Amino acid sequence: MAEHAPAPVKPPFWNDPWIRAILFQAIALVVTIAFGLYIFDNTQANLRRLGIASGFDFLSSPSGFDIIQSLIPYSATSSYGRVFWVALLNTLLVSALGIVLATLLGFVIGIARLSKNWLISRLALVYIETFRNIPLLLQIFFWYFAVLRAMPAPRQSLNLGDMVFLNIRGLYLPAPEFQTGFGWVLAAFGITVVLTVLLARWARRRQRATGRQFPIFSIALALLLGLPLLTFWLAGSPLVWQIPELQGFNFRGGWVIIPEMASLLLALTIYTATFIAEIVRAGIQAVSHGQTEASLSLGLTSSLTLRLIILPQALRVIIPPLTNQYLNLTKNSSLAAAIGYPDLVSAFAGTVLNQTGQAIECIAITMAVYLTISLLISLMMNWYNRRVALVER
Amino acid sequence: MNPLKTFTTVTILLLTASGAAHAGTTLDAIKKNGFIKCGVSDGLPGFSFAEKGNYNGIDVDVCRAVAAAVFGDPTKIKFTPLTAKERLTALQSGEIDVLSRNTTWTSSRDSAQGLNFTGVTYYDGQGFLVNKKLGIKSAKQLDGATVCVQAGTTTELNLSDYFRTNKMKLTPITYDKSDESAKSLEAGRCDVLTSDQSQLYAQRIKLAKPDEYIVLPEVISKEPLGPVVRHGDDDWFDIVKWTLFVMVNAEELGVNSKNVEEMKKSTNPDVKRLLGVEGDKGKDFGLANDWMAVVIKQVGNYGEIFERNVGQGSPLKIQRGLNALWNQGGLQYAPPVR
Amino acid sequence: MPEPRVPHSNLPPPTSTTGVVGWLRRSLFSSPLNAVLTLLAVYLLYVTLPPLLRWAFLDAAWSGEDREACRSGGACWVFIRVHLDQFLYGFYPDEQRWRVNAAVLLLILGAAPLFVRTVSSKFKVRLGLGLLIAYPLVAFVLLKGGMIGLPVVDTSQWGGLLLTLVIAGVGMTAALPLGVLLALGRRSRMPAIQTLCVTFIEFWRGVPLITVLFMSSVMLPLFLPAGMNFDKLLRALIGVTLFQGAYMAEVVRGGLQAIPKGQFEAAAALGLGYWKTMGLIVLPQALKLVIPGIVNTFIALFKDTSLVLIIGLFDLMNIVHNATTNPAWLGFSTEGYVFAATVYWLFCFSMSRYSQNLEKHLYTGHKR
Repeated sequence: MAEHAPAPVKPPFWNDPWIRAILFQAIALVVTIAFGLYIFDNTQANLRRLGIASGFDFLSSPSGFDIIQSLIPYSATSSYGRVFWVALLNTLLVSALGIVLATLLGFVIGIARLSKNWLISRLALVYIETFRNIPLLLQIFFWYFAVLRAMPAPRQSLNLGDMVFLNIRGLYLPAPEFQTGFGWVLAAFGITVVLTVLLARWARRRQRATGRQFPIFSIALALLLGLPLLTFWLAGSPLVWQIPELQGFNFRGGWVIIPEMASLLLALTIYTATFIAEIVRAGIQAVSHGQTEASLSLGLTSSLTLRLIILPQALRVIIPPLTNQYLNLTKNSSLAAAIGYPDLVSAFAGTVLNQTGQAIECIAITMAVYLTISLLISLMMNWYNRRVALVER
Repeated sequence: MNPLKTFTTVTILLLTASGAAHAGTTLDAIKKNGFIKCGVSDGLPGFSFAEKGNYNGIDVDVCRAVAAAVFGDPTKIKFTPLTAKERLTALQSGEIDVLSRNTTWTSSRDSAQGLNFTGVTYYDGQGFLVNKKLGIKSAKQLDGATVCVQAGTTTELNLSDYFRTNKMKLTPITYDKSDESAKSLEAGRCDVLTSDQSQLYAQRIKLAKPDEYIVLPEVISKEPLGPVVRHGDDDWFDIVKWTLFVMVNAEELGVNSKNVEEMKKSTNPDVKRLLGVEGDKGKDFGLANDWMAVVIKQVGNYGEIFERNVGQGSPLKIQRGLNALWNQGGLQYAPPVR
Repeated sequence: MPEPRVPHSNLPPPTSTTGVVGWLRRSLFSSPLNAVLTLLAVYLLYVTLPPLLRWAFLDAAWSGEDREACRSGGACWVFIRVHLDQFLYGFYPDEQRWRVNAAVLLLILGAAPLFVRTVSSKFKVRLGLGLLIAYPLVAFVLLKGGMIGLPVVDTSQWGGLLLTLVIAGVGMTAALPLGVLLALGRRSRMPAIQTLCVTFIEFWRGVPLITVLFMSSVMLPLFLPAGMNFDKLLRALIGVTLFQGAYMAEVVRGGLQAIPKGQFEAAAALGLGYWKTMGLIVLPQALKLVIPGIVNTFIALFKDTSLVLIIGLFDLMNIVHNATTNPAWLGFSTEGYVFAATVYWLFCFSMSRYSQNLEKHLYTGHKR
């Protein structure tokens, strides 16, 4: 008679990790959903009790107020929906300009930080440590209320060649006015771009096959400038400059960069550049010194070493945190609300919210926009990371 | 759903621990708290202005009067300074019990935004403040001007309307705080500051050189300013409304903070009813019978608070104008206490 | 017999490569381009520094009571001196300010042993945790009052640097545990937990803090049942904590990812459960790895406290900004902003220096 080993004692079901996991998740889900419902329920009850209107109908009613800067046609008779687009474009404008300027400044400072020149690298360090540790909002206020407020009145404007004027109301620039025939210039420019791309491809293929180089840079530059200029001249210079003129209270005509935007842009650029500089420095330092030595011993010049060996490797390290900074800059542009630049937060989540009293809708739309922007950038980032990821053996 | 809801409610209540007030009527909650939560401006001389934590002004006195009515003590009050942007949500959400912050009575605020205006403390209208140096005599000359205006106000809308109907070009600059508008006018960022006229006078004395600025004669809008309460609590609405009426009636009947005790001996039945000597008008409001007398004694009648804060007894020196009593050519008129 | 060749004793290096001259040549004039850059930089300093120093120190007005004292053309530090109390304490009642000082003193005394090298680390951990739990309570009672015979000072009267420190302190102590939990959730193998945490983190990281504060000031009240109300300060604190908690989670996640799998397996082999594995094995290593990241988040949080200005809280930034609009003191914005900037800078810079030191001190790997 065979002896059976006693059957293993089955652990109680609440000690089974699998069941535990399910139970735990179920509780988490239920609590979250209940919390969501609770909030939703409260909000509904509150809105009903207080008699506050809700829904998105307000977007089509006329706004009734003016906005100081808008990239698309807008007047007080436009709808709240229109205000949204005006505000969004203002946000995108200041973010895009800020990204370009901060990148330029950041790279310069980052490279200066690594300079063998003691004075230059110290200055870069002082710059970084100073501006990185002061709140952005304070910097915006400083530029807006302390520096740009010291500009002269319109009548005493700083005058650059009777074309450009600087005063407390902003920087006035001549605006181009396109006449008929300018289309030809644009067409010529388009054609040149296509030509240049084709030429560059051909040159690269030839260099790979034969090793012969082609002075692609200078020829492309000549093409890009030459052809459109030639067309411009042939078409009879179809462009006039509209020069700002002092009329009554203010300058009229031309383009104006309002101080609200200028100070926001200055502060965003200077602040974000400190972070970009540190990223650039770290990226370049991450490329091992052996790479430089190897490249120099192959006979490449130091500028070619930088361009062909160091930068491509450094960029792989630099770009992910750099995009993060771009994202931060875009989100930080919302501080515009503090100085009255009509961006998304100031004009839409601020003024429209106030005029309509529909807080939930306005804030939800605003948050959704920023979320969309950051998700889009994250997606692009992931795509880029996959593309440049080291292919390891 | 119900037990779950109770569960979450309890959890959240436990989590927050602080500030969870009683959910009954506003008056019950106030009596339980022992003070009134009053929303005022974040800095407008004459209306509400904080100096070393002490608030003064006509809007502040209205709140004090309500506190005197409810508690018999005008200091039982907690002031919350609010920007134009925050004020309506603060009231809607119950962060404050009454909003006394130069807020204009409009139809959409009364309806879509769930508010009740309790009366008019100050009949105002929108005007323009400019530097004398510009040599402007009328608002019609403002074509192309840069105008500073407070964001999220009726002022902003009136401004656009006015420029549009007069076919003038407008460059508006909007700030959240009135101080910033004033600062910008002074620095020359804008040519004109627009706001309710009362505010313009108040802003002007805050400028470094008030004499260099003038208020243009045009009044481009009707701005009846008054205290506001939430929809849906009629008892509280009545108390705030009648506190204001009591002050106006007191002025009309010649009762003020100094003579209120003597006037109790008056033979005038209107005065007797007002001061609670005759009848039981207090009980109907759920307040002490002599609450009206207490309001007058501790805060004053309408004329007193006007003169003290914005009139001849103040640096603003605003004339009574529309705010004189109805029998003296103004608009201030209160229903009788009866 | 030929003389044996005695090698010449080593010559000193050429004077042009040593000493001041050598240093100058090496670090300032190593190439024509460098020479030009050096000269440019010197010129830049020459143009900016002397006027700046003259403005800030030589011509500055230090004593006096009103703006009449500031006619020298230099900085008007009188403006700061006159408002200093306000900048530090906000509207906290004069006679109660000792409570603020006491709270600060208590923190300094309590936390001092943490920064002494000779104190045993076990004691440090206990003291640290004790402080983390007890200090906020003590400080709250001290500052708010209403107990043990202290009169109530409402949070609406808190302001200036006090309020900035309160927001930063509460934000830091609350954001770190929240961040750790979220990071653990994000690394969890349970799909529902993971999704919840990822959504939460990405949501808060995707929106600007200012919209979060707006939400806390205008939307939160609508989410709560009627009659229930938060203090304005508390609402801002919730917003700041949730926001920074999400950032903290990403920092901590970096540390968790860097822990080799062997550590988890070893812990499992020892029979440790999830919380023990995490609490005793993984988190101590992971958190140590990301100290610089944590401090960076703290610095960001400290700077971000200035945003509460937008919802009308009188922190250091707002109170300075407000003082510059005071009619009696118009025209001294620069002095005000420079003062505020210096205060923020001191805090942030010392935090970053401290983290750099700590990083060096805790470095247990091998340096090449």
